[in-house]
Amino acid sequence: MSKLLQREELVFTCPLPVAAHDRIVLGHGSGGRLSANLLRDVFLRRFSNPVLDRLDDQAVFPIGGSQVAFTTDSFVVQPLFFPGGDIGSLAIHGTVNDLAMSGAMPLYIGAAFIVEEGLPIETLRRVAESMAVAAESAGVMIVTGDTKVVQRGKGDGVFITTTGIGIVPSGIRMSANAVRPGDVVILSGFIGDHGIAILSSREGLQFDTTILSDSAPLHGLVADMLAALPPGSDAIRCMRDPTRGGLSSTLNELADASGVGIQVVEAKIPVRDQVRGACELLGLDPMYVANEGKLVAVVAPEAADRILAAMRKHPLGTDAAIIGTAVLGNPGMVTMKTAFGSTKIVDLLPGDQLPRIC
Amino acid sequence: MRYVDEYRDPAIAMALAGQINRASTKPWVLMEVCGGQTHTLMRYGIGDLIADSVELVHGPGCPVCVTPLEMIDQAIAIAARPDTIFTSYGDMLRVPGSRRDLFQARSEGADVRIVYSPMDAVQIARANPSREVVFFGVGFETTAPANAMAVWQARRQCLTNFSMLVSHVLVPPAMRLILESPGNRVQGFIAPGHVCAIMGFREYEVLASEFHVPIVVGGFEPVDLLEAISMLVVQLESGRAEVENQYSRSVDYLGNRPAQNIMREVFTVTDRKWRGIGEIGSSGLRLRDEFSTFDAEKVFRLEPLHVEEPRECISALVLQGRCKPVQCAAFGTTCTPMHPLGAPMVSAEGACAAWYQYKRHV
Amino acid sequence: MCLAVPGRVVDLTGDDPAFRSANVDFCGIRKSINLAFTPEAVVGDYVLVHVGFAISRIDASEAHRTFAYLKSIGALSEEGYAA
Repeated sequence: MSKLLQREELVFTCPLPVAAHDRIVLGHGSGGRLSANLLRDVFLRRFSNPVLDRLDDQAVFPIGGSQVAFTTDSFVVQPLFFPGGDIGSLAIHGTVNDLAMSGAMPLYIGAAFIVEEGLPIETLRRVAESMAVAAESAGVMIVTGDTKVVQRGKGDGVFITTTGIGIVPSGIRMSANAVRPGDVVILSGFIGDHGIAILSSREGLQFDTTILSDSAPLHGLVADMLAALPPGSDAIRCMRDPTRGGLSSTLNELADASGVGIQVVEAKIPVRDQVRGACELLGLDPMYVANEGKLVAVVAPEAADRILAAMRKHPLGTDAAIIGTAVLGNPGMVTMKTAFGSTKIVDLLPGDQLPRIC
Repeated sequence: MRYVDEYRDPAIAMALAGQINRASTKPWVLMEVCGGQTHTLMRYGIGDLIADSVELVHGPGCPVCVTPLEMIDQAIAIAARPDTIFTSYGDMLRVPGSRRDLFQARSEGADVRIVYSPMDAVQIARANPSREVVFFGVGFETTAPANAMAVWQARRQCLTNFSMLVSHVLVPPAMRLILESPGNRVQGFIAPGHVCAIMGFREYEVLASEFHVPIVVGGFEPVDLLEAISMLVVQLESGRAEVENQYSRSVDYLGNRPAQNIMREVFTVTDRKWRGIGEIGSSGLRLRDEFSTFDAEKVFRLEPLHVEEPRECISALVLQGRCKPVQCAAFGTTCTPMHPLGAPMVSAEGACAAWYQYKRHV
Repeated sequence: MCLAVPGRVVDLTGDDPAFRSANVDFCGIRKSINLAFTPEAVVGDYVLVHVGFAISRIDASEAHRTFAYLKSIGALSEEGYAA
């Protein structure tokens, strides 16, 4: 093999830096700025309608007198089995959570599998077993599905796409655009566990840790939060589960959708020591690391204590904390008060966080 | 986290800020050379605590920011070759060359992999004997021994499919350039603690006495930096210009001998172009001739390139501490972390990116 | 530049000086780290880690000495606030 570089590969004319992407890069799937741009420029342009344009994690619309919550989600994760879960349980929990964030009781799930040629059937069996257990314990039924096989090399073991349907109790109406200045931001527990559990088992970064993914179904926690309020209360303005892109992306989405500023207090955001350790080591910020069993609720100030108390009584909310407030200033922007009393901007990242040396 | 948390104590930080504010009789212009220190200063808003006493300007100490366009273009060209695995620290993947970045090269089919350590790249070479494995060897003196060790190990293991694209730079020549520049405003330096952990701080004594400028070796946590600033202000107020060591828990005078030895065995000093600044004599490292079979520039017979940087970008002035990022017409408008015009906007550590992240609304 | 993080040496592996390595603990995260540049490090020491290499052994007594001073001025200023 000749090691001589072809001269024509090195024709450089315009010194302008990278301006726009004409191909998909991994960052488009990171939940950060690139994802938001892709959504806006490709999909919303063509699909825009009043239900979609709310850009919540699920669509809520009336059918025959009921408010139906409807969602779809795809799961691509490497490795398929990770500390604290696997792609199967993750698919159920993720779908249940997207429905629960509207206040809905999740009911039925559909699951489509894109399987790569060569995958051991035993692996698929383990995934299916895990999904079944997760669905059972979450009280949802997997009622429809589909399977496709792609050539070896055209998939990554197995990809799962789910749909989910649930019913929103009457009188409940949550949406990301309902946040008002003065509202209180509550987080249900420690951030970054899922992302760090996955990273710890990735090739090239491997480290030993006992951190488990926080993957869990949150509808029980949500039901307890709603039960703490009078029927029909609008005290919970909206909820989101901060998955890919982490807490910062979710807060930015809420600030953006509601046209308010969100100010959080760094010291109030719960981060486990091990997650901090991994983040220091790799140069990551836990605010951008993924979660799969946490929720952010923006609530009316007068109801905050009652909701927080209800959350702390639930096993998935024992470490819940008030982390900040919605404010009039800096609309669409998330800011953070540091331990030193200074304020910094919590922006969307362009793409995925990268381990860094500097 | 021991040796981290205690150095983030707000009470101590406030006390040091008070000390600085009491000691200074006029605003002193200080430069932290290292991008990691810039990041800490911004993240904790330390500049605001001592705004009346000290003006902090941000130095060129970010290897991602100063790697020249040409080198990124060479990296992309190598990565695009068939049968090649291009490995790099994560930082370098989003840095634009003249037209694209390594992420885009990957989306077009290049096998580009992020590694945590250069030894991981050696491991990949061993596991893939039929592929050429190239590691992007960037960084300052802190990273040079680790990269040198990777080459040394590859030779010891008789690997014939491993090479390194070397773009190493050195701190003291850049500081000298800043001090020699006619427009220099910097009156004192915080020297980069992790570079000094390797090199010691002997070589900074020449700069301190030649230019009569105080230099304090500083750590990376907020209390470290405030203490270093306090030590600089005390020196400046008394007219002293010495090298002092704030980061004594990790740095001593002579530095790390085993690390220096491997670095000298594998690398030798060379001229280097710095992005945003230009060519600086004897400011970098290249592989010694004995290791030329591991030198990607020789292995792939790369032609020297010359690429112009965007004219709108004032990164040269920013990296020399002569302008603040907000003084650039492009800052926050045509130049953002999504569409960087110049390198300081690319890395989270770059002066412009740090300003964009933390100071945009002020 | 140069992210370097302090971690505690948990156990040592390898006799070859160039391959001498250790499991190093960072707040409960453990990673195998090359000790070629810090041959003096022993179990229990804190080392400063950069790209998989320990680049410096943290001098505990020096840290203790210098931090005692910092702590004293921090305490003074807190008293100052209280007064």
